[in-house]
Amino acid sequence: MHKLSRLAINEEGFVFNPTTGDSFQVSETGLVILGKLRDGHSDEAIAQALAEKYEVSLEDAQRDVADFRASLKNLNLI
Amino acid sequence: MKPAYEKPVIKKLHNGLMNKFGYSPAYARKVRTDIDGVPVADLVEKFGSPLFVYSERILRQKYRQMHTAFSTRYPNVVFGWSYKTNYLNAICALMHQQGSIAEVVSGMEYEKARALGVPGENIIFNGPHKAQAALETAVREGAMINVDHLDEIYALERVAQKLGRQLHVGLRLNLDAGVYPQWSRFGFNLESGQALEAAKRMKYGGKLVLSGLHCHLGTFIMDAGAYARQVEKMVAFGCELEKAFGYSIEYLDIGGGFPSKSRLKGVYLPPEVALPAIDEYAEAIAQALTKALRPGDFPKLILESGRALVDEAGFLITTITATKRLPDGTRAYVADAGVNLLFTANWFKFNIEMDREVGGVNEQSVIYGPLCMNIDVVDESVLLPPLSCGMRLTVSPVGAYNHTQSLQFIEYRPASVLIGERGEVDLIREAEDLADITRRERMPKRFAQEEVG
Ligand SMILES: Cc1ncc(COP(=O)(O)O)c(C=O)c1O
Repeated sequence: MHKLSRLAINEEGFVFNPTTGDSFQVSETGLVILGKLRDGHSDEAIAQALAEKYEVSLEDAQRDVADFRASLKNLNLI
Repeated sequence: MKPAYEKPVIKKLHNGLMNKFGYSPAYARKVRTDIDGVPVADLVEKFGSPLFVYSERILRQKYRQMHTAFSTRYPNVVFGWSYKTNYLNAICALMHQQGSIAEVVSGMEYEKARALGVPGENIIFNGPHKAQAALETAVREGAMINVDHLDEIYALERVAQKLGRQLHVGLRLNLDAGVYPQWSRFGFNLESGQALEAAKRMKYGGKLVLSGLHCHLGTFIMDAGAYARQVEKMVAFGCELEKAFGYSIEYLDIGGGFPSKSRLKGVYLPPEVALPAIDEYAEAIAQALTKALRPGDFPKLILESGRALVDEAGFLITTITATKRLPDGTRAYVADAGVNLLFTANWFKFNIEMDREVGGVNEQSVIYGPLCMNIDVVDESVLLPPLSCGMRLTVSPVGAYNHTQSLQFIEYRPASVLIGERGEVDLIREAEDLADITRRERMPKRFAQEEVG
């Protein structure tokens, strides 16, 4: 998880990886997930938080969190 | 109320790839909620997904536009609807209602035209394979036959012999008009003298009278000048035939090939910019005719346009049935329509529109079809925001060659509807079911299963 903690993230969803110099744009919900992952929450807990906060079913939220995690992995951010 | 949800997306930013067009491709959206005023959702609810949808309004408008372009520039124009482009009965009937005769390339298509009530004399019979029986029927019924090869000359002479009369026929030519690859496998080559030899052979046989010339350069011809060169060569050859054999050429059939507003893969300019307007083709052809023909001589000009008339009138609605993330990170979707229904996906990049606004950043995505086959890709790279299952996409233009070449393979073929000019929706072909797949099959007795239970 320490890769994540090195990222610079601003509120507009701009993400900078100082190790590689890459920058990223993350959507609002992506930003929420990123924040919670950094704080060490489980995927399950994050999905639940999304379902509570937004107009989305728990099942869809679970699927999206898993998918988002795959993107992060792919971008070499976790 | 909770705030609206948008799927989480993270996207790498590329320096130096700022767009030149003043809007952000990351948020550009293509949304279509209706076709000719009929909601996509209603169409699918009533007729299922996938669904072929044709617009009568666009079909008639395209026909009128093209007909006007040619008939205002040349006094003797006939349109022959190219059946293979789309031979759904309703589409053919509409074309005939507009004044088109039929252009067919097989015994099957010939029978289809006849079954629709088209008299033989209003059928142009082209193609490399005309079975003897089909040829004989076509001759008896007075069809215009364009001869493809020497063996067909022999076959027609046999028919003439049998009927005890001379037959009027046309000759299909292939020639160099600057379009490559040249479709030299059809008809007789002009430049090498093969076509002249064929005419000589006809004259010598005494049973066939050459009265028309036909040439179809290819499909999606993007250069209007090619038609001018084609017409010039055809007229010159007609004069040569007149002089050498006393034949009088009554029609020049210049085929089809005019492009639709469709995007060829590898062509990055949008079709509105890359393609000449139909008036430019008409102008080039009419000018070449006027220049080459003797004053006052107006042989019939036949056009066999297919795709330019029907392509943009056809849409395919499909539903997203699964979303995937590929190992390389690419976003992928499974749609319920694939290359089984979109044969032309090989060559054209379709316009793909969503049925609603979706939040989120666009990603390069792949759309797969439903077939359990690696080749089943509708679009290997399309910018889309995150889509969810159940969303509908409208794919266009797909009116040309997709329905006729759709496969009865793995999936049933779906329904086709026609939206009328007053918004009425008619089912023009029902969705298939198992009976359509198995109706012609016969089970050897020794495999017959005993009924269980
Ligand atoms: C003889 C002939 N005429 C007409 C057409 C229709 O062509 P298009 O759809 O390009 O207008 C074709 C198509 O290949 C053809 O082979």
